[in-house]
Amino acid sequence: MIPTTYYLALSALLFSIGVVGVLVRRNAIIIFMAIELMLNSANLAFVAYAHEFGTLDGQIMVFFVMTVAAAEVAVGLALIVAIFRSKASIDVDQVNLLRG
Amino acid sequence: MTVEFVLFIALGAIAVIAALGMLLCSNAIYSALFLVVNFAVVATFYLLLGAPFIAMVQVTVYAGAIMVLFLFVIMLLGAERLRQPTHRLRWQQPLAIVLVLALLGFAGYVVATQVTGARPGALENAAAYGSPAAIGQLLFQEYLFPFEATSLLLLTAMVGVVVLTAVDERRRRGRRSRRL
Amino acid sequence: MFKLVPLILAFPLAGMLINTVFGRWLDEKRIGIVASVATAAAFVIAVLQIVALAGNHFHAETVLLADWITIGDMYLPWQMRVDTLSVTMMILVTGVGTLIHIYAIGYMHEDLRFARFFIYLNLFVIMMLVLVSGGNYLMLFVGWEGVGLCSYLLIGFWYDKGDDNVGNARAGRKAFVVNRVGDLGILIAMFLIFGAVGSLQFDDVLHFFEHHGAEVGGLATAITLLFLVGAAGKSAQIPFFVWLPDAMAGPTPVSALIHAATMVTAGIYMIARSAPIFSLAPVSQIAVALVGAGTAVMAGTIAVAQWDIKRVLAYSTISQLGFMVAAVGLGGYVAGMFHLLTHAFFKALLFLSAGSVIHGVEHGAAASESAARGVAGEDHSSGAHHPHCDAQDMRNMGGLKDRMKLTFWVYLVGAVALAGVFPLAGFWSKDEIMADAWQVGMVEGRWHGVAVYVLLTLAAIFTAFYMTRQVVMVFFGQPRSSAAEHATENPPTMTTPLIVLAVLSVLGGALNLPRVHTLGRWLEHTHHFFHGMDFNLSVALSSTVLTLAAIWLGVRVYHRCPLENATAPDQLQGVLGPVFNFFQGKWYVDELYAATIMRLYEWKARFLAFQVDWDFWHDFVHDRVIAAAFRGAAAALSGPVDKGGIDRFFDGLALLVRAFAVRILRPLQTGYVRNYALGVMLGVIAVLGMMLVN
Repeated sequence: MIPTTYYLALSALLFSIGVVGVLVRRNAIIIFMAIELMLNSANLAFVAYAHEFGTLDGQIMVFFVMTVAAAEVAVGLALIVAIFRSKASIDVDQVNLLRG
Repeated sequence: MTVEFVLFIALGAIAVIAALGMLLCSNAIYSALFLVVNFAVVATFYLLLGAPFIAMVQVTVYAGAIMVLFLFVIMLLGAERLRQPTHRLRWQQPLAIVLVLALLGFAGYVVATQVTGARPGALENAAAYGSPAAIGQLLFQEYLFPFEATSLLLLTAMVGVVVLTAVDERRRRGRRSRRL
Repeated sequence: MFKLVPLILAFPLAGMLINTVFGRWLDEKRIGIVASVATAAAFVIAVLQIVALAGNHFHAETVLLADWITIGDMYLPWQMRVDTLSVTMMILVTGVGTLIHIYAIGYMHEDLRFARFFIYLNLFVIMMLVLVSGGNYLMLFVGWEGVGLCSYLLIGFWYDKGDDNVGNARAGRKAFVVNRVGDLGILIAMFLIFGAVGSLQFDDVLHFFEHHGAEVGGLATAITLLFLVGAAGKSAQIPFFVWLPDAMAGPTPVSALIHAATMVTAGIYMIARSAPIFSLAPVSQIAVALVGAGTAVMAGTIAVAQWDIKRVLAYSTISQLGFMVAAVGLGGYVAGMFHLLTHAFFKALLFLSAGSVIHGVEHGAAASESAARGVAGEDHSSGAHHPHCDAQDMRNMGGLKDRMKLTFWVYLVGAVALAGVFPLAGFWSKDEIMADAWQVGMVEGRWHGVAVYVLLTLAAIFTAFYMTRQVVMVFFGQPRSSAAEHATENPPTMTTPLIVLAVLSVLGGALNLPRVHTLGRWLEHTHHFFHGMDFNLSVALSSTVLTLAAIWLGVRVYHRCPLENATAPDQLQGVLGPVFNFFQGKWYVDELYAATIMRLYEWKARFLAFQVDWDFWHDFVHDRVIAAAFRGAAAALSGPVDKGGIDRFFDGLALLVRAFAVRILRPLQTGYVRNYALGVMLGVIAVLGMMLVN
């Protein structure tokens, strides 16, 4: 059996890559995809621990996370589309009206 | 050096490379496809971890629905190649990398020192462990309320999407074709 | 009965208050009645005190009104003393005072400040009674000061008249200031007494001095000499007599009451009261006697050469006061008090009659003017100094005996009494003084007695002479002005008191006839220094002869060769020449004082006022030092400290905040989502770090 820590390390790595993606990329859709990556890595950790403790609560959690992720993606993309309609661009740097 | 271990390493590598690929690609379509690969690998991991139902759901929902949605939107919006980063946010990238390295450092520290390297024991009932029946049992008994709430959440999301993307027919009649 | 004695102060006080509060709504008659009744009620109380004393074997009683000063051992109460001496004075003050109040109702008729006059008169009566009824030196002094104040108020009663329209006020001020110099003497004497005795009560003081006798002779001398200074001030002796002639600027009732009968006698009263102290200081006694005798002669000579009817009487008063002071200086306290009483009668009579004469002449002037020009009569609310006819100048009078008969007769009575002709009052009292002088001088063989005797005889001769001169000039001969021609007699309110006083002047000698010694035995109960003096026939005879001779001389000079008109020089002018001018110039004492003391004083006052007060204090200290320092401090505070320091500090603080906001905070709000995400990430790392550390 693979030790749970390995899965955790992998999960952390994926999460970090996702964070970098959120912070660095300017394309809104790519940022969204990075967020999905982060969620996915969390799911991986959940399932790994569920497997370690022999319970299914972790998997139920993942189930819900996925559901929420789906809903979130839908709404987020709808937002991006709406923004694109007004700004003709999906560069998040263009959305800077709150600039002080 | 068991098979599982090798498999784990290989799959892990693929997952990380796919993630990096998603990160670094300038073409959005390629990024999306890389992410699909990543999801598929993670689904494989789920299988390894004895969660077949979750693995299938991952493939179906994540790779199948969410990514498809992403691809649709990319193609709708004509994912363009964006300009070079503006000079205003010079520090953004380096600082982000530093912070992420710190995060990795913390995570590594925690993993190395505090988490016991226990191997999970064998499951009592491996077959029925991650089966849909078992999931369903738990889902509809203990987690019934969250289940129903989630359905409400989905409804809200749908309504929101419809509202957000609704085009005011009366005002934007002429613009829709131009816009898109 | 003794307990009634505070009423003697209360009645005049009530009268004064009623007139003060209601004066503006009462008519003249009522105001006068209130004041006169108040004084008369006080007289009744005084009479009752005689009855009380008679029932108490003539022993003194004290009535405590209130504690005044109690500090440690110092106990100075408001205490009234009823003994024969004080009751004598009380009777005199209230009796003569009542008569003068009644007279004043007529005299001050149609005056603009009628009510005020009677308020002041009642105030004077209160103060004089405080003086004589006081049981300790402090109360005496309070009364002393009070009568000084009333004298000032009443002398300057017509304060807008007189020379340069301030002459009367100046006279009042002169009286007050000169009195003040004398008061200094009394004050220091009181301090000495208190220091030695520890109390100012008459009983305590006199017991102390009787007990210690000769060993406190030096202290007694000091005290008594200081008393002499005070008495000289109040009783117008050398060198302080200069205020009394000027005091004639006041209305005649004032001159009669205050400056003849009562206030000026306060000095003699005080000396009589302090007899035990004087008995221990023979040096002072000599000084007192000589001062008195010298004053008597000097004033007599001046009186001979005066034109103003009231001035003659003023100097006569000074002279007679000199008699009294000499008497008490010789130890003849009874004689002094006796003369005080008789002098009060006939001098008040003379003053009031003089006022009657003045009034009559004024009426005559008004009548003659209206007859001549048909103009309405002038007001005589002033001292009647008509520019063309001075109603007080004797040269404008003459022949009034036919026109003012009653006034003439009473005036004659008064003049004869003053001259000391047998059997009127003045004879008895004056001769008792002469007998005392003879006793001390010839019998006891002390030189100052001889000197006093000689001087007083001289003064008596002068007295008779100048009174004759006055009577002849005023009443006999032909009228020397149209005012005198048309002079008329005065109403009964004025003439009735004159008659009463005339009767008293005639019969007053009965107070202390020789062998009977009523007054002497009465006063003896106060202290044993009031011993009677036997009658000395030779002294009496010689003085009578001299008096008659003086009268004959006066008639000779003035009646045989009367003044032709108002501008002619005096009959003696040709005879005495420069001596006469010297007398008329009042021995130039006022001028001497003005040249020496007054100049120095004015220089000092001017120096203090201009150099010290104005230049130094005001200009330099106030303006330059204090104001400039303050302004400088204020400027320093407002400028460098406030604007430069505090304002800059707070401005800087604000600028700092602004800089912080603009340079640091504002750039953080980039508006970029990624930046905000970075911030979140930073927070996550921080929290994680903290969690790991803990």
